[in-house]
Amino acid sequence: MKGAEQFSSPLWRDRALAAAALSEMEKLVAAASEKTGGTVNFMEVCGTHTMAIAASGMRRLFPKKLRMLSGPGCPVCVTSQGDIDRVLALAGLPGVIITTFGDMLKVKGSKGLDLHAMRERGADVRVVYSPLDAVALAEAAPDRQVVFIGVGFETTAPVIGGAVVRAKKAGLANFSSTAFFKLVPPALELLLSDPENRIHGFMLPGHVSAIIGLEPYRFVAEKYKVPCAVTGFEPLDILTGINMLLKQIAAGKPEIADEYFRAVKAGGNPAAQKLLAEVFTVCPASWRAIGTVEGTGLKFSKAYEDFDAVKRFKIPYSDAPEPKGCLCGQILLGKALPPDCRLFGKACTPSDAVGPCMVSSEGACAAWFKYGG
Amino acid sequence: MAALEKVVLAHGSGGRLSRELVEKVFLKAFSNPALAPLEDAAEVKIPGATLAFTTDSYVVTPVEFPGADIGRVAVCGTVNDLAVKGARPLALSAGFILEEGFSGALLARIAASMRRAADEAGVKIVTGDTKVVERGKADGVFINTSGVGLIPKGRRLTSSSVRAGDVIIVSGNLAEHGVAVMNARDRLGLEGGIKSDAAPLNGLAETVLKIPGVRAMRDITRGGLATVLNEVSGACGLGLELDEEAVPVAVPVKNACALLGLDPLYVANEGKLALFCSPEAAPRVLRAMRAHRYGRNAALVGRAVKEKQPRVRLNTAIGGSRILLMLEGEQLPRIC
Repeated sequence: MKGAEQFSSPLWRDRALAAAALSEMEKLVAAASEKTGGTVNFMEVCGTHTMAIAASGMRRLFPKKLRMLSGPGCPVCVTSQGDIDRVLALAGLPGVIITTFGDMLKVKGSKGLDLHAMRERGADVRVVYSPLDAVALAEAAPDRQVVFIGVGFETTAPVIGGAVVRAKKAGLANFSSTAFFKLVPPALELLLSDPENRIHGFMLPGHVSAIIGLEPYRFVAEKYKVPCAVTGFEPLDILTGINMLLKQIAAGKPEIADEYFRAVKAGGNPAAQKLLAEVFTVCPASWRAIGTVEGTGLKFSKAYEDFDAVKRFKIPYSDAPEPKGCLCGQILLGKALPPDCRLFGKACTPSDAVGPCMVSSEGACAAWFKYGG
Repeated sequence: MAALEKVVLAHGSGGRLSRELVEKVFLKAFSNPALAPLEDAAEVKIPGATLAFTTDSYVVTPVEFPGADIGRVAVCGTVNDLAVKGARPLALSAGFILEEGFSGALLARIAASMRRAADEAGVKIVTGDTKVVERGKADGVFINTSGVGLIPKGRRLTSSSVRAGDVIIVSGNLAEHGVAVMNARDRLGLEGGIKSDAAPLNGLAETVLKIPGVRAMRDITRGGLATVLNEVSGACGLGLELDEEAVPVAVPVKNACALLGLDPLYVANEGKLALFCSPEAAPRVLRAMRAHRYGRNAALVGRAVKEKQPRVRLNTAIGGSRILLMLEGEQLPRIC
């Protein structure tokens, strides 16, 4: 690791290049806003983009008529209250060790409890860096049941799928995972099928696209005539991605552009796709603020259903109400910005959050709170 | 402010909640002028002299990690709290809470490491205490150290004396301690030889304090540089600007933070200080720091400015800017 930065490069945040991209953006937005007849609204679907935009302080450099809306791409934010309740129910089972990524610790269930609170009440909850750590824990503690809290999109699912495959090969009967996975392309279709949507372009998630490739998004450009650009996460990636969207508006030719071609190939990652197809099948998923929608999620396939924690421990689903006054749902749909919520920054802060968009480190509300608008 | 209901882990993070805990409970109960500034060490006046007095407890897992161990950190942390107030450390105490079954050999290693760190700082551990608790009632070893130091006549370093136009200097690369401990604790296998920076800074502090125009220094520990700057901004009533590109972070640490989703500005250090001085003093301070073994990567990273609201602003690499808040909650590994 010595020597070069591995996950970034100073070039991707070069000030002169950024200034050039911004001055081009200024002209492109002026042209695009004539076509949209007002502001130009792009949605960054992915929570990592939300954070990257906020952390780089670029919002105040954007042309006035450009609006970036946060979409349903933060794994914690889109998990329904009913599924959060299931996670908490699992944590309450005697002898169970809950393993999770850190983001899930502070999401409150319908009774106001979170995994932190469950831990204070005696639950065994451990933060891990990888689901493979949870499998190793199950091997080391054969008399305990180890449950991994699997939530997320096409990016997280293969990693957890890989862990389950390993657990099956090792014959581990004390490892299981939830499969509250959601799919990005059907989520876009959900947004677009709303006649009130005002989205003029999608900044598509780089990591998800590295897995699924470009083809699954084709319908967005063809059926809905909305421009798309798969985009990386460095400041210049984002500026370039926005300009690619603006150019499509100007040319009147929506397509699936690939700004992040250094990581995303048109065909995606075939090995990960094969793993997904083996371990999971498409199923209805329950989305926060949206409800249960056919064909938008992944559950364990027949061959792996023994590893489904919800099945193993027979945890029922109940449609629990979402917190009153919380605008997370509207924010995820691109219909409101965090400061529009009257709880924002007052009743709802990262250390005492009401809605999941404030809890998750990738949530739109957390980004606005932490970095300012 | 509502009363504290229950202690949560984030109350120990060194960030905003730690501050709230202190204000709600301890400041209320103990209130007095020496405590009120809530700086790294308190000033205690006695006839003819001013003393600096500080205490700190150490609860790190694992107790040994690349670059240091709990003992070295316990000595350096307290020495540094004295040093940034401009005090020359006079004496330290050491209190140990040991869990039944803790290894004798390991305890001896920790004690030897404390001795070495104290020798390096030129201070002696003159008093101590030991308690043993039942297995499961503590995590191996907890150490508390207190320190007393003498502030030379005429020297007064305090965050409230920072003026508009003053510059901010950090003494070296940030985030090494926090990342080294996390790497060892969770066996992350991060490469690049990332080591804790734990070091006594009293020598470095003495060198730079010979230069006129130094207003204040702060020990950058839990909560990282972002949290320290927010505290200073609140104390002096000025805005502080930090230039993202100027902040020194070693490449392996940058890589580790990128991988884990951590912001180096919030990660703990145990051998770095932030110094506030007049712009005229800055070149001499930088030269003096860079000539010292614990200040080789010192850098000028920002400045104090007049602003309506005292807050910290980060000028980003691409030419944008955003607010830099205190650490909220704990830094946790992320999902994706």
